[in-house]
Amino acid sequence: MIKNLLGSTPLKLGGLFVCLVLLLAGLIGSVIFGVVDTSWHVAIDAYTQFDGSNEHIVIREVRVPRALIAGAVGASLAIAGALLQAMTRNPLADVGIFGINAGASFAIVFGAAVFAMNSLGEFTTLSFIGAALSGVLVYFLGALGREGITPLKLTLAGAAVTAMFSSFTHAILVTNEQALNDVLFWLAGSVAGRKLEMLTGVFPYMLLAWIVAFLMARPINTFMMGEDVAKGLGQRTVLVKALAGLLIVLLSACSVAVSGPIGFIGLVTPHLARYLIGSDTRWVLVYSGFLGAILLLFADILGRFIAMPGEVPIGVMTALMGAPFFIYVVRKGLVRA
Amino acid sequence: MKKQLVIRNESFSFLLERKTLLTTTILAILTFAAFVVSIGTGEMYISPINVIKTLFGAGEKQYELVIETFRLPRILVALLIGAALSVSGSILQGIIRNPLASPDIVGITHGASVAAVGLLTLFPTVSVFWLPPVTLIGAGVVAAIIYLLAWKDGVTPIRLVLIGVGIKEVMAAITSLLVVTSPIYLTPKVQIWITGTVYGSNWENVSVLLPWVILMLILTMMYGRTVNVLQLGDDIAAGVGSPVSRHRLILLFFSVALAGAAIAIGGAISFVGLLGPHIARKLVGPSFGGLLPVSAMVGALIVMLSDLIGRTAFSPLDLPVGIFTSAIGAPFFIYLLFKNRNQ
Repeated sequence: MIKNLLGSTPLKLGGLFVCLVLLLAGLIGSVIFGVVDTSWHVAIDAYTQFDGSNEHIVIREVRVPRALIAGAVGASLAIAGALLQAMTRNPLADVGIFGINAGASFAIVFGAAVFAMNSLGEFTTLSFIGAALSGVLVYFLGALGREGITPLKLTLAGAAVTAMFSSFTHAILVTNEQALNDVLFWLAGSVAGRKLEMLTGVFPYMLLAWIVAFLMARPINTFMMGEDVAKGLGQRTVLVKALAGLLIVLLSACSVAVSGPIGFIGLVTPHLARYLIGSDTRWVLVYSGFLGAILLLFADILGRFIAMPGEVPIGVMTALMGAPFFIYVVRKGLVRA
Repeated sequence: MKKQLVIRNESFSFLLERKTLLTTTILAILTFAAFVVSIGTGEMYISPINVIKTLFGAGEKQYELVIETFRLPRILVALLIGAALSVSGSILQGIIRNPLASPDIVGITHGASVAAVGLLTLFPTVSVFWLPPVTLIGAGVVAAIIYLLAWKDGVTPIRLVLIGVGIKEVMAAITSLLVVTSPIYLTPKVQIWITGTVYGSNWENVSVLLPWVILMLILTMMYGRTVNVLQLGDDIAAGVGSPVSRHRLILLFFSVALAGAAIAIGGAISFVGLLGPHIARKLVGPSFGGLLPVSAMVGALIVMLSDLIGRTAFSPLDLPVGIFTSAIGAPFFIYLLFKNRNQ
């Protein structure tokens, strides 16, 4: 067993407290930094003594929704990634790499271009269908053959399914310029320019998924000892797998519907969490949630400053930060074929 | 009659089954037929007989213009691109020993895309003449990066693929950054390039692509036997005396050179490099000497037919060929994976 930094329960709780502080710092930072710099006084005034000034409007309509969305999406993607890594016993698992994001994006672009759908409710449904479809497809393709699921096969199947859905998406966009302009920025993954209602529309599902994921942590711990062992201990593994799959799809579908495809958060954070607190799924899930939210918030803040006055889409930021980590994991040899 | 045909000298070594020879012949006839039909179909229909006559310089004046100026270069380019991509995929699948490898899965295509999209968006005034060389360099540089990152006391196929997938994500991110930050009027052009198109190909494209592809095909053919050995696995290959790493590097170079050239001219046409070798293996088995020509022809057929559909089915719209290679290729690919699941 690798030694982890936070061994005992008090230390873990202390770590959680630090996470909470960082999360708050990230939220506040996200509200006050940007093209229009404000201070936290102004931020508070915007809610207590709203005077209709530009700064107040920016904070209420732009910054606060953006910060909350980044936090919620980050946590959801990270928990989805942690579940995926635990269930597939694959350190490279991520909803981006496994093509689930690509499937959800394709479904939304398809709905927007062909059926002129544009409400968030419809987007969420479409995104859920797309995510479920690609998730099942990748799992199915990765499980083909005699030796069953291996990390290499799953990753390649994910890459193939991603290639398929993204070329479908490009095909639609090429033939439909209007749709292209509408979804371009969204497709790169972004938490900017979203209304708060977009978050409140999907937040109940996210919250539900977080809670169910936490409740499932114990069975997942058992499952991680190996499917045969889990079966021998009397676990209904099919049920666990199906439920975990449903949660992963739900979390990534909600995230994609709000912010477009954002990769690598789900890859990096479970590794960080395991590094900090070991492999107990309960703690991994909680820490992943916090760390995911923190990472996405900071990535978003960073993205505002790199290309001033323009913005780097957050999906690009996470890919640029996460991919080197992916390569590190591969090189370190944590993956067995 | 012997079942196998042996062609062998100092640098060549093939073991062809008679059945393979037959398949190859039939496929060659099919490819030629598709070529002729494709030339004849379009806004103005020309019968196959007239097409063949014109090709051999005995046709009527009115057909000559249509065929020689508009259709022939485009169809030749489609044919060459298809062959190049498919062979590139066969090489990759051979050295990585995984049927899911192809230039568009391991990041080579995406590296080329970054170079091309960068040129299109950051230097919109530069002549499109520079697009092919820049794209080819992009593919080469990214392949080199992948290879170097995968190097750790030698390169294993698994690391090569996984690092490729990681690099692919970085390249895709950079591409979308370039697209998002560029002026909106450039994006349709970029999207079409990413989807892949052979629209507006001219004789200049053909004259660049043709010698390059043929040279690479011949070189690959000569190295065919090393692919056969590598397919056995690193240990066995080393055991029978093959310098595994060096051969893998050389073959990777051929694969990148072929894919890069195809992408440079036609854009990021997807799924041909994945699908072509699959179908070819289904037809003639994995022995590389027989696989290579068949795979080239299958790839050529896929791209040619896809372009034919793109040109004619939605006329007057001329849709990018990449739409059809992926629309037909992707579902078919999944079907193939399912069908061959235990092989």
